[in-house]
Amino acid sequence: MFSGFLTTIVFLPAAAALVVAMLRREQHIRWFAIGATVVELVLTVVLFLAYDRTEGGVQFIDRIGQWIPIAGFRAEYLLGVDGLSLPLVLLTGLLGAAAAFASWRISVRVKEYFIWLLILQTAVTGVFVSLDFLLFFIFWEIELLPMYFLISIWGSGRPQYSALKFVIFTLTGSAFMLVGILALYLTADINTFAMVSIPEAGIVGIPELIPGARLLLPAGLIFAFLFIAFAVKLPLWPLHNWLPDAHTDAPTAVSVMLAGVLLKMGGYGLLRVAVGMFQESPGFQIDQVAWLLAALAAVSVLYGAVLTLRQTDLKRLIAYSSVSHMGYVVLGVSSIVAVADVGTGGLNGAAMQLFTHGVITGLLFLLVGMAYERTHTRYIPDLGGLAGKMPFIATGFLLAGLASLGLPGLGGFVAEIMVFLGTFPVWGWATVLGAFGVVLAAGYILWMVQRVFFGPPRQHLGHLHDAHWVDMIPVVGLAIPIVLIGIYPGWLVDVFKMGIEATLR
Amino acid sequence: MTEALAWLIILLPLASFVAVALVIRPFFNRWSIAAGWVTIAAIAGSFVLSLVAAAAVFNDGSIAYPSRQWIAAPGLVIPFGILLDPLTAVMLVVASGVSLLVQIYSQGYMRGDRGYARYFAYMSLFTASMLGLVLARSIVQMFFFWELVGLCSYLLIGFWFTRPAAAAAAKKAFLVTRLGDFGFLLAVLYLFFQGGELLDVPTLYEAIHAGLIATSVATWIGLGIFAGAVGKSAQFPLHTWLPDAMEGPTPVSALIHAATMVAAGVFLVARFFPLIELSGTTMDVIALIGGFTAVFAASMGLVANDIKRVMAYSTVSQLGYMMLALGVGAYIPAIFHLFTHAWFKALLFLSAGSVNHAAGTFDMRYMGGLRKYMPATYAVMIIGGLSLAGIFPLAGFWSKDEVLVGALENGSPVGIMTFLLGLIAVLMTAFYMFRAVFMTFHGSWRGGADAEAAANASAHPAPQAAGGHAGDGHGDGHGDGHGDEHGSHGGVHLAESPLVMVLPMGILAAAAIFAGILVNPPTALGPIEKHFFGEYAAHNKPVFPTHEDAVRAGAEPHFNLVIALASTALAVAGIGLAYTFYGRGQASVSLPAPLAKVHRVLTRKYYFDELYERVLVNNLFYRRFSAAFEWIDTNWIDGFNYRVTLWTERSGRALTHLQNGQIQAYGTAIALGVLLTLAAYFVWGA
Repeated sequence: MFSGFLTTIVFLPAAAALVVAMLRREQHIRWFAIGATVVELVLTVVLFLAYDRTEGGVQFIDRIGQWIPIAGFRAEYLLGVDGLSLPLVLLTGLLGAAAAFASWRISVRVKEYFIWLLILQTAVTGVFVSLDFLLFFIFWEIELLPMYFLISIWGSGRPQYSALKFVIFTLTGSAFMLVGILALYLTADINTFAMVSIPEAGIVGIPELIPGARLLLPAGLIFAFLFIAFAVKLPLWPLHNWLPDAHTDAPTAVSVMLAGVLLKMGGYGLLRVAVGMFQESPGFQIDQVAWLLAALAAVSVLYGAVLTLRQTDLKRLIAYSSVSHMGYVVLGVSSIVAVADVGTGGLNGAAMQLFTHGVITGLLFLLVGMAYERTHTRYIPDLGGLAGKMPFIATGFLLAGLASLGLPGLGGFVAEIMVFLGTFPVWGWATVLGAFGVVLAAGYILWMVQRVFFGPPRQHLGHLHDAHWVDMIPVVGLAIPIVLIGIYPGWLVDVFKMGIEATLR
Repeated sequence: MTEALAWLIILLPLASFVAVALVIRPFFNRWSIAAGWVTIAAIAGSFVLSLVAAAAVFNDGSIAYPSRQWIAAPGLVIPFGILLDPLTAVMLVVASGVSLLVQIYSQGYMRGDRGYARYFAYMSLFTASMLGLVLARSIVQMFFFWELVGLCSYLLIGFWFTRPAAAAAAKKAFLVTRLGDFGFLLAVLYLFFQGGELLDVPTLYEAIHAGLIATSVATWIGLGIFAGAVGKSAQFPLHTWLPDAMEGPTPVSALIHAATMVAAGVFLVARFFPLIELSGTTMDVIALIGGFTAVFAASMGLVANDIKRVMAYSTVSQLGYMMLALGVGAYIPAIFHLFTHAWFKALLFLSAGSVNHAAGTFDMRYMGGLRKYMPATYAVMIIGGLSLAGIFPLAGFWSKDEVLVGALENGSPVGIMTFLLGLIAVLMTAFYMFRAVFMTFHGSWRGGADAEAAANASAHPAPQAAGGHAGDGHGDGHGDGHGDEHGSHGGVHLAESPLVMVLPMGILAAAAIFAGILVNPPTALGPIEKHFFGEYAAHNKPVFPTHEDAVRAGAEPHFNLVIALASTALAVAGIGLAYTFYGRGQASVSLPAPLAKVHRVLTRKYYFDELYERVLVNNLFYRRFSAAFEWIDTNWIDGFNYRVTLWTERSGRALTHLQNGQIQAYGTAIALGVLLTLAAYFVWGA
């Protein structure tokens, strides 16, 4: 089985990076890279539309049996999408293109920059479409390299510190994850890296094998190892401290990718692995720690929101708000314990939150980047009255901000109401606490909008230009899905629904 | 009426929003005048369709169009659809009717404003949201439009966003109402917990009718819904945003205060009345908060010098009446009062805007004598004032009386208490209303904006002194002395407003007179049946049997002559009192010492802004609570990370001593290692 479509999608950016390496003129590099990400976006849209919704399951399988030719080593090159990963591939395509557009003003070491950015996109896409655990891990790790260089070379503030902090946190998580993966693989009853079962390809995956397996390590321990890796990435309190630094110091496009896509790897892992594999694992089930997930989620939401209220740096503010909003993903996941009684509303909400938070926060970072480029400051007290001078940026920012605070009609509300409705019957207290985060969100978003965009124009900021047409493309491109989801969420929910259904046993 | 037509009521203004926001504003802003016409045409269409809908309800009874699925996941189905019942019909007519007149007026009022197209885009969305709210069939759908209504008020209150006070007021409105919305959200969650199908209102009504909802459940859900209504309708203790909301353009205030934002709260409670009614506790809470707010807000209106703020307090107070009525079970009188209030309050706000057009300020201390220059505005303002004060036979008289009768006939201690509160508010209402009329129109002209600017220049060296920060954008010294800070056109030109503004005022004045007697007459008047409005609103067949039983009891307005006389006497006394003090247009009245203290408390709004913003939010929450979190984040959590790295580094450094490059040392280590391994082998291995 090898349709090659997914392989193309995964490696197109990397191939483009190779071409970029051979280009000379900086302007050519920029436009070629942007063009490549646009083609990539078109491919992901085609993929999203071509996925057969009546059939469901894993589709577009690319499989090379033994790509590592060692006798008995059962690692495969196995790509495929199902309802869970399909929207996230689309998300990566969207934000990848947005990030490339947001980079068209980069003037330092242009070639290197775009090479790293394109490799990053390949790595993240690879994470979402890999159905072989080892391959998944490899892509997961590859993503670190470009991130490290992108932050430390093109960042601001304390780039080296933040880049290193990001790498150390993620690597620590990865170390745990690797142990978990190996413990599963080395268990005689499992002895496979297949993350899902694909009946038509004759693949029997870990979720199906784990219930009867005599595991090498206690199931709870394996779960904890894997969970830590995802919790760092998500990030979940108290493993969140890398995020504000990395986001704040990264260049705009990298913040967009980081908030928009990289955090989603954690949420995806949580749903695919933590939920998918540990519902009936022997000796330990995810149900047993659902209360803990709910509690950590509630803490993340409120803690993140309260700290967001204290931030005076625009990017740092949005970074902390991500901590708060990603808490909703875990809150939704915690409803797994009663999925037989209350249905999959919470889990679907969690998946939706991955997508909506991705576009919304991506858009916020994009616009903050534009404002920063013009005013040369992100310190909120120094800003003010920008709306009069840059109405397009202000309008876009207000839209994204309102979506972030959960305004109905925009994407964020859909995910949040689904998480709340789906989780309230199971973890009432955690949901009530988490829902209060919405009130706080209104506080920090509107406070920021007021300070930055409203009020009289500030003289010391000088003459400011509104968005250039190249800037407008990604803003409009991200605003469209936010509105589309807000008004008619069915097109996305119906896809996620199939993926979630498949992960349940 | 087909379902498509019903949807069109929402979609027309929505389409006008899209057209103005995405086409006219970005690409044809030079012809922004078109934005006004597009908006008016769309809302006129909605108004006509609303009348058709009201007629359809009259002929066929309530119509529940099919319920569809907005989100459908296993175990989580969020329905949506259209529900057209008498309550919806009344709200439709009020919202689209008032909005239509306001838009026409706005063409004059907003002429030449830089944000002309943007203004009409927001207004279209505002109207669409309100119409969407009242047509909603499921509670999540209501929440959806409810929040959009809040958004539009935010956008419109902060319409002149370069003014710090406007930006602060907009944020305040959104945040305070969102606090209430949290309660609403929890009510939605709890209702869903009782059964996913209950999100659909007709299904919920049936469940209530079948006795499937326990009282305790009804209490909590009712209180949550009421919390949302308290925020939106600016009831105590979430009333603080409404007076500040005067920073928006005056036609916006008219719309917010008459037919959209604040009316939404009353509508919501009315919509869930069958549920709320199950719980005596919830009903009492609603009645008491409503009654208290009626007096509390009116008392602040007594001393306000800003004409729009007087109206704002009046709105809060009148909404208190409606809540009170709902709380004592007088459902029909509440809706009736909502209906009449919409017309005369819109009229009063538009009059205030007209006054501002001439005087350039909203501060009544700088007005006076305007009746000479603007007789039409004077006349309609008197009409609106009399209607608000409840003078026979104007619209306000009929509805206010029914509310009072309802409270008294409730008979319980709460009923009596709220009845008395209602009576006190009657006196206050008449006083503040006519104080405003006299200060504005009587006496002699005191210079308007020019005089105010001169006074401010001598009082505050810096012209921007009154704006500033979010927390203290109001009340340095005397409550509301910043007429020039909000939405005023600046510049004095003493003349009557143009016809495009006066005409809508005239229509509203007619409504303020006749919307009571002709709509809900105590006896049949020619073709108009006796108690037409009450019968109509109670006419709920065939969809919701329960609702009708509950409601019909209150449908008959037991006209009570004693109460009518008493309340009229109080109103007349209030007007007389106002005339005594302000009849010759006095700008201020000197008070004896103890009253001056009361006056100060009232002008400072009972210090609620200080309590909320300075004490609770700033000091307690921001400086202490969230600062503590930040400290923990830096010192404990990130501190732990830091210590881990520190110890890693230190232990690494310590281990570097082993790798010192001396071959001798390495040789020793190797030899020792071999020896130890051998020793171990001999001891344990063999």
